[in-house]
Amino acid sequence: MKRNLKKAVIASVVLSLTVALTACGSNEDQASADSKKIELLNVSYDPTRELYESYNKAFAAYWKEKTGQEVTIKQSHGGSGKQSRSVIDGLNADVVTLALGYDIDAIQEAGLINEGWQSKYEHNSSPYTSTILLLVRKGNPKGIKDWDDLIKDGVEVITPNPQTSGGARWNYLAAWEYAMHHNNGDEEQTKEFMRKLFANVPVLDTGARGATTTFVERGIGDVLIAWENEAMLSMKELGQDKFDIVYPSESILAEPPVAVVDDNVDKRGTRDAAEAYLQYLYSEEGQTIAAENYYRPTLESVKEKYKDKFKDIKLYTIDEEFGGWAKAQKEHFSDGGIFDQIYTPGK
Amino acid sequence: MKAAAVPNRGILPGFGLTLGITIFYLSLVVLIPISALLFNSTGLTWGKFAEVATDPRVIASYKVSFLTAGAAALVDAVLGLLLAWVLVRYDFPGKNIFDSLVDLPFALPTAVAGVALTSIYAKTGWMGSWLAQLGIEVAFTPLGIIIALMFIGIPFVVRTLQPVLQELEADVEEAAATLGSGRVRTFFSVILPQLAPPLVTGFALAFARGIGEYGSVVFISGNMPLKTEIAPLLIMSKLERFDYAGATAVAIILLLISFLLLLGTNLLQRWMRRNAG
Repeated sequence: MKRNLKKAVIASVVLSLTVALTACGSNEDQASADSKKIELLNVSYDPTRELYESYNKAFAAYWKEKTGQEVTIKQSHGGSGKQSRSVIDGLNADVVTLALGYDIDAIQEAGLINEGWQSKYEHNSSPYTSTILLLVRKGNPKGIKDWDDLIKDGVEVITPNPQTSGGARWNYLAAWEYAMHHNNGDEEQTKEFMRKLFANVPVLDTGARGATTTFVERGIGDVLIAWENEAMLSMKELGQDKFDIVYPSESILAEPPVAVVDDNVDKRGTRDAAEAYLQYLYSEEGQTIAAENYYRPTLESVKEKYKDKFKDIKLYTIDEEFGGWAKAQKEHFSDGGIFDQIYTPGK
Repeated sequence: MKAAAVPNRGILPGFGLTLGITIFYLSLVVLIPISALLFNSTGLTWGKFAEVATDPRVIASYKVSFLTAGAAALVDAVLGLLLAWVLVRYDFPGKNIFDSLVDLPFALPTAVAGVALTSIYAKTGWMGSWLAQLGIEVAFTPLGIIIALMFIGIPFVVRTLQPVLQELEADVEEAAATLGSGRVRTFFSVILPQLAPPLVTGFALAFARGIGEYGSVVFISGNMPLKTEIAPLLIMSKLERFDYAGATAVAIILLLISFLLLLGTNLLQRWMRRNAG
């Protein structure tokens, strides 16, 4: 008995030493920028999984040809806010590619990203854009054509909770901005519009993928407010015979931004590769991959090529309509903000 | 008799050492993380704390959390007693399989349980469509939360009752029967008093688990503010918006109420044990 115990103790000590040693070893590898192999971690949000799977391959090939260095890119996906928090808490991301500028601002405030990140790359550091549109069941049985159809009696709307989901914040703001324009900028009437809209929501999922599942797999609801890329992906995965995409008369220009995590790349010596990784998203090849994965390209030549795929509708930016993310976040989604007021009892 | 002559020496060495290790581990895995929660410097002021504590949406979420967890634990206490009874007292083919099935909710990732329960109980699911015809909606209502929590909590009740039931000798019941007690009287005055303490323990464990449960509930509850939004979801929602102070405040209140409730059930259980003896 005693001997067994001794053996077990020795074994576990040896094991933990080996683990510790190998961990040190791999750290050293990463630290030397000159080595032939390099590893990048891209921390992103949920619906970009497929996009970055193809992009990473393309970038690795490009980088190898340009510098002779072999780069492997690891991906991490999850809710945008959650991902941002992991980076703040010490996840060693080299680059972040998140759903909202607000989530990157939070990392900047923690001191990991230098100020002015949003002007570092073109188009507010958003290499690709997207928008919010409506997905309905085949044949559009409820005749939904625009945002104001969502507040009609008997229409069930599926959207995640804007307080837990970055994507849902875009959904909410798109509907808000439409209501503002159609109520001559009257805020009270717009609030009433939003109250009616959310009274038609039977389930508030915590994330965009959850809402897609509720609508697509569980068959709940008449209309799903969704990212353009999620809607197109659902169509492709589940067949064209089940759903129709409805383009509202206007929507919001979603600009998912990218940034290098300055603090981490300086420590790990990966700055060159990380910066090139984001810059290459703007290249012809990067833009084509984005378009193939249902994100709207920003490069004119690629835009032209895919103009049939992405229907032209009037898109407003968050800066012109809401005065930027920080302001929109505070007014609408903070405690006691407008979203909370929509649910205040007695109103 | 001889055992009494031996000084009170356990198998493990020295009281000091074992107590030291106990406190060390308890601190490492329970006390330090929880006090870190209490004292973390996220700018949680009394004002902020009071504001969060009196927010109608937060209060509603506590009601949802505690009421559904309580209801689920009560149902589990009754069903768990029945289950444990059958598993201990009767022999039937496949008994071992049933016995292992009881533990499955422990092992299953709660999110998987939530997704599975939702697809069964949603209006389009096979149980849900049937219940909907009777006018009962399960998914996206408090009833759905209760079902998810029943699933999560049942093993706690069964596993606390089983060993006690095994100890209960059948001859006590036989004696009661020969003295003229009917089945009902035997159950209520002979068996139930002895089972009450473990039953309360099982209830308390299932209840505590239900209060903190997140994964299985977010899928089936619908997460409607003021109606089916649970307190743990509000904590997540505040964290998602980088409101660490608010999240800490909700967590502290949750922790306090849970601690008081568990302390209460523990005292009740001790009192019953003393009175049962």
